[in-house]
Formats: sequence, structure tokens, C-alpha cells
Amino acid sequence: MTPGQRRWIFLAGAAGLAAFYLWGLTGLPGFGNYPGPYGDIINRVAVAQTNATGVVSAVNFEYRGFDTLGEEFILFVAATGMAVVLRHLRNERQQDENDPTADWAIPPASDAVRLAALLFAGPVVVMGWFLASHAQTSPSGGFQGGVVLATAFILIYLSGEFLLFRRISPADITDAVEAVGAGGFAAIGISAVAMGLPYLKNFLPRGTVPGAVSSAGTIPLISFFVGVEVAAAFILIVGELVEQTLLVRRGER
Amino acid sequence: MHIFPFVVVVYILAAGLYGVVTSRHLVHQIVCLIVVQSSTYVLLLGIGYKTGAVAPYFYDIPVHTPAVDPVVQALALTDVVVEAAVTALLLAIAVQAQKRFGTLDPQELVQLKG
Amino acid sequence: MGSTHLSAVVTPYTIPTPLMDVLQLTLLVLVAAGATAVVLIREPVRQVIMLSVYGVLLAVLFLAFQAPDVTLSELTVGAVALPVLLLLALAKVKRREK
Repeated sequence: MTPGQRRWIFLAGAAGLAAFYLWGLTGLPGFGNYPGPYGDIINRVAVAQTNATGVVSAVNFEYRGFDTLGEEFILFVAATGMAVVLRHLRNERQQDENDPTADWAIPPASDAVRLAALLFAGPVVVMGWFLASHAQTSPSGGFQGGVVLATAFILIYLSGEFLLFRRISPADITDAVEAVGAGGFAAIGISAVAMGLPYLKNFLPRGTVPGAVSSAGTIPLISFFVGVEVAAAFILIVGELVEQTLLVRRGER
Repeated sequence: MHIFPFVVVVYILAAGLYGVVTSRHLVHQIVCLIVVQSSTYVLLLGIGYKTGAVAPYFYDIPVHTPAVDPVVQALALTDVVVEAAVTALLLAIAVQAQKRFGTLDPQELVQLKG
Repeated sequence: MGSTHLSAVVTPYTIPTPLMDVLQLTLLVLVAAGATAVVLIREPVRQVIMLSVYGVLLAVLFLAFQAPDVTLSELTVGAVALPVLLLLALAKVKRREK
């Protein structure tokens, strides 16, 4: 089957799929006329029940905490899967001898890039930490905070300092940190069971002021663990891919 | 405005699928897969929207203000981060495929055996 | 409540509903155009740059849909983390092609 034929068959099938999909979507109540009771109920009771003013994070880590546990473990498994897929195959060696790029001149990392990246690395870490720990107050949470934290480490790699990147995030420590993050979330659930409550029930004191930093029970704690785990997973993923392109030349830095 | 966001969702899905089907480079295919996934985020948020409502954060507005649905936002939020990890896994498989078969053309990879 | 705001709820952050409609319409059209561009660009490195732009467009669309959390996620992932991963993989693949 030639690519042209494949294209026509695809277009016919896609037209049918699009027609059915659109037909189904127009059966919905229309954009802007949200009818369902679930969202309204949660908006009404969430602040009173959990003392968290960020309702989305309350949904994520308390009302639907079990789902978030599952999603976090998808990240964990993806990072592990990458390490498995990119392992050294049986007949693969470090290609030192016939390196085709040996006589290419490496352009040094431009000073502007280095300055910008190293200048921003510190504030980005602070921002990521802030996001990961304020889940119950404002639009933030473990997932966003974790990715922003990982971005700080990636900035250091992008500024050309690969060896520094390796030194501040060695593979075994990052592995351990990721395990602590994932296991911490599960352990919070188990400690609820140990008290005789259902798994992942919120058992810490909820504080008096809604939306204060120390309110909403286990939500900020879970969010912190999730942030740590997501950051470690992303650093591992980037580290795996970087090692694939690694060619440390002697005499450089 | 009643169905236009859903039309856009279907269009993005179809465009992404077209890219996946007619692609000649594995990394191009993976990026088109990202586009397909992004159509579901727009769909989720489009379902939960209420005309004239605000974001569901009651830090400085009274608790009974009409707000959009927070549940679909929670779903979309974790979706976005997990998609990145799955894309990374797909990229690792693509890199290994190139090491093993020497080509990144999906239409040639189909014909190689073992 | 017949205020001059024409919206269902008046907070310090609302804008009149017709204006919000126009904003969302424009952003949806831009997102559709962005998706088309990402799919039609065949060269991988250029496509990654376009993906970054598409991520920012999507983030602004999510903001217009009153979802600041999802905006944060999409901005960090779609405009930073995903292009970095893709460019790293492309660098690895190009080195072997040479």
C-alpha cells in the first residue's frame, strides 16, 4: 500500500470518526451551561470541610487522593522504564575509537546563556518549593512545583555545566529521593489505616483559618511528597537521556 | 459559542492523527501524539466551564461565588505532567529503535523483521 | 443584579461576558492554527520550537477557561520540559546519523 493510498484511506476513516465524535459532543449541554451537580457541591462544601481554599488541590489530594496516587506511580514507572529501555544492550560499547565528531570544534557555551541560566537557578528552586508547599492556598500544588524544581536542575545542565549537573544530582541519591516521595504518599495513607480510619483519610488537624499555610490536614504534606517525587522523576529522565549523548572528552573542564 | 470549542477539539484530534499516520520520522510522530493528547485537555476544561463564573479558589472571594468545575481541572492537571513522562518513555524506545535498526522512518521499520 | 458588568458574578477579577467570549474564541482559533502548524512542519527541530509556542498558546487558553492550575502545569511541561526531552533525544539520534 503506497503512502498516497494510506493517506486517502485515513482521510475517509477520519471523516467518519470526526462526524461521530462531533455528533456525540453536540449532545452535551453546550459550552458554558455546566449542569452537573458534582462540581457545584464540591465548591460549596470543600472550604468548610477541609479548610483549604484551593479547591482543585483539595480534590486532587483529598477527595480523589487515590487517583493521584495512581498517577504519581505512573511517573515513577515511566522513570524506571526509561532506565530499563536505555540500558546497555549486549553488543553495544562506548564508542570511543571511531568517534565521528572528534574533529568538530565544540562551540563554548555562550556567556549570556550561562549567566541567565545560573542566575535563574536559585529563584527557580525557591519558586518550585513555594509552589509545592502551598497547595491548599492558591493555584499551586505538588505536580507543578515538582516540575519547576526539576527545571532548576535542567537549567544548570543547559548552561553547559554538565559535570556540575551530575554532581548535584547523582543517580543513586535521586533514585532514593524519588522513592521517598512515592513511598511517603503511600505511607501517609497507611498511617491513616493504622489509626483505624479508611486509607488516605485526612487525619491531621485542620487548623483554624481556611487557606493558611498550616491548615487542611494532610494536603500540604501529600503535596510536598508529590512535588519531591515529580522533581526527582524528571531529573532522572533528563539524566538518562543526557547520558545517551554523553561524550566526555579528556582535557575539557 | 455553544459548540465551537468542541469543534476545535475534534479538529485538533484529527490533525494530530493525520500527523501520526503520514509521518516519516519517529520523533515527528511522537510530537503529533502530544498534539492528540492536548485535545483531551481542551475537552475536559470545556466541559466544566460555566459562563460568567470564576476560578474555584476562594482565598479572597466569598465562598458561594459561582465557580467552574474543579474536578475536571484536577484531572487535566495530573494528565499534563504524566503525559510528559510517557512521552519520555516513547522517546527512549525511539532512540533504542534507531540503535537497533539504524532508521527512524516508521514506514521502513514496519518491514524490518526482528 | 443589574450591574454594568453583564456577568453572573462580580469579583475584582471579572470582565464582561461578551469580552470573555471574544477572548476565548480568538484563543481557540489560535490553538487550532498552532496544532495545524505543529503537524505540518516535518523537520523535527523546527517542530519542537513550534511545539513550545503551541504549549504557551494552550496555557493562555486554559487561563481564559478559568483554570490557573492547569495553566501552570502546561506552561512548565509543554514549554520547557517536553522540548528539552525532545531536543536531547534528537541530539542523540543525529549523532548516530552522521
